Amino acid sequence: MDALIATFAGYAPIYPELLLAFGASELLLLGVFASRIKSETMVWIAIAIMGAAALLIFNQGLAVEQMFNGSFVVDPFARFLKLLVLLGSIVTLFMSRTTLKRHGLLTYEFAVLVLYATLGMMMMISAGDLISMYLGLEMQSLALYVIAALRRDSLRSSEAGLKYFVLGALSSGMLLYGSSLVYGYTGSTIFADIATYLQANPGQNIGLIFGLVFVLAGLAFKISAVPFHMWTPDVYEGAPTPITAFFAAAPKVAAMALLIRVTIDAFLPVVAQWQQILVFISIASMMWGAFAALGQTNIKRLMAYSSIGHMGFALVGLAAGSAEGTKSVLIYMAIYLVMTLGAFACIMTMRRGEVAVEEIDELSGLANTNLPMAFFLAMLLFSLAGIPPLAGFFAKFYVFRAAVESGLWPLVILGVIASVIGAVYYLRIIKVMFFDDAKESFDIMPADMKLVLGASGVFILLYVVYPSPLVSAAEAAAKSIFPG
Amino acid sequence: MSLAGFFFYLFAAITVASAFMVISARNPVYAVLFLILAFFNAAGLFVLLGAEFLAMMLVVVYVGAVMVLFLFVIMMLDVDFAELRAGFSQYLPIGATIGGVLLIELILVVGSWVTSSGEALKIASPVPTEDGVTNTEAIGRVLYTQYVYFFEAAGLILLVAMIGAIVLTQRERAGVRRQNIADQVARTPEASVAVVEVASGDSVFPSSTRGSE
Repeated sequence: MDALIATFAGYAPIYPELLLAFGASELLLLGVFASRIKSETMVWIAIAIMGAAALLIFNQGLAVEQMFNGSFVVDPFARFLKLLVLLGSIVTLFMSRTTLKRHGLLTYEFAVLVLYATLGMMMMISAGDLISMYLGLEMQSLALYVIAALRRDSLRSSEAGLKYFVLGALSSGMLLYGSSLVYGYTGSTIFADIATYLQANPGQNIGLIFGLVFVLAGLAFKISAVPFHMWTPDVYEGAPTPITAFFAAAPKVAAMALLIRVTIDAFLPVVAQWQQILVFISIASMMWGAFAALGQTNIKRLMAYSSIGHMGFALVGLAAGSAEGTKSVLIYMAIYLVMTLGAFACIMTMRRGEVAVEEIDELSGLANTNLPMAFFLAMLLFSLAGIPPLAGFFAKFYVFRAAVESGLWPLVILGVIASVIGAVYYLRIIKVMFFDDAKESFDIMPADMKLVLGASGVFILLYVVYPSPLVSAAEAAAKSIFPG
Repeated sequence: MSLAGFFFYLFAAITVASAFMVISARNPVYAVLFLILAFFNAAGLFVLLGAEFLAMMLVVVYVGAVMVLFLFVIMMLDVDFAELRAGFSQYLPIGATIGGVLLIELILVVGSWVTSSGEALKIASPVPTEDGVTNTEAIGRVLYTQYVYFFEAAGLILLVAMIGAIVLTQRERAGVRRQNIADQVARTPEASVAVVEVASGDSVFPSSTRGSE
């Protein structure tokens, strides 16, 4: 492993990342020097690059490979999540074309930045070292800060970008401080070596726990878990809607993957230490996500609180600290990704005469004006609330079952209560859509939105019939990071 | 006193003196220049310690980039330093307290280092140095082999930061005249020269454009 890799084929495990890095850089050159190519073509090229990367990942099989002295790990876990992230990025790019074009925001830089952000997410997912973890996180975050402020003439968009940047920098600082403590007390930055050290020295180590708390706090910022969630509603509301959709989907998956990597790969021997932290964060996120969303009138803010709550539910599975729990988190993130993309396809369609509307009241009587959209949105909201037999129910079911198996009863009971409270605000939207007086109809839904909404609607409706592909893939992925 | 000892005291004395001048100089530009002097002498101290790479980095990064930026900021922003100094006596106690704490900490660190036996010297040079391998060479050996992934990733992050800064700040200004070399080369006499018959006593320019040039 220490020897230099002399042949190009030796880099096969990182081909997808190399493709994205070169592709993004080439796209940038193309955008600068071939200004005649339309930005929309650029977006299609970016989608093609990410699709090719997904195919490369698909072809890698099930081997577990390590690159660069273990700082880059490619295993089924990484491949599963990378495919999810690529799916999220591709679909958001696909959906955002028409909306961004209307605002004159569809520049080639947008496609380039999304590619770099996706590359950063894939580096996060494959991180096997504290340094590669930080580098991946920074690459993703820097690109996201910029696209949050992409509509730079708008005060709210600039505010969103700035807020995101300042709080993100704060969280990076905490993460780095924690990492330095962990390195100082274990003597290595590589996750596998940290785990080996902890296994050999099982005693309480205050300095290490201190560092672990800081690392987890930094990561909790990135998945917007309470009490580090305060940036989420403002950023979601301020950023242009297609970009909010991007924030809600892929980066959450990547940050959750990184959290799993750190807790399982590096700190599994001290599971009792981080379990209580995750239990607290999880309960706080579920409760705050449910209660704070009740008073929201803006649908983008509502989605922000909804995503905070969902991160809390996903953490229930991780807090279990078992292979079963990790599997349930992976399934949860996959279903969350699909539901979020579908819901944002609807939110992006909420336009009247070229003006985007974001208030929940504007949906009133949607069933009379556009029944298919109202039906699919209602299904998505039922699924987000976790009502059987939709996919969202199974997502919650798996994480709660894993927590019960680990004996975390209080967590499960509080989670179910939060789920019931959370159902109220989802059901309120459905009531507004189906039982209130009809308002003027929205603009005609573009075909690409119809495609995304239909696909995600079919997925959540039919998951109950044919769940095995997702479940078995998640199982293989979870097994690959659990020793033995 | 050996030659190295002489240079150590020379560099150290100038570092301390110029650091003092940084905080006492009335003119902020002088303060920045004194800071540059302090950095140069600190770099000299590093060279005496055998850390030549760190010395060069200090000069290149701090003097070459950070200090130039400082100078730019001071010269471009019209900072009212008299106003900044106004609350000096008000903040003196807390400043003195923090300075005192820092001083005690430094004395403790140095004291524990001086009083301990061989242990501290090991900390001073944690990497066993091979014969004939300089710092720069040792860093170069791992930077592009063992740590090549980190190095390349950091480069990409800087690229993303640069793209971001340009995306957010560059504006297409309307009405700016840019040089178009292809157009200039393609100009022909027919397109740009007109031969006019000028009557005696009249202007070369047609009356409509007169006065506008």
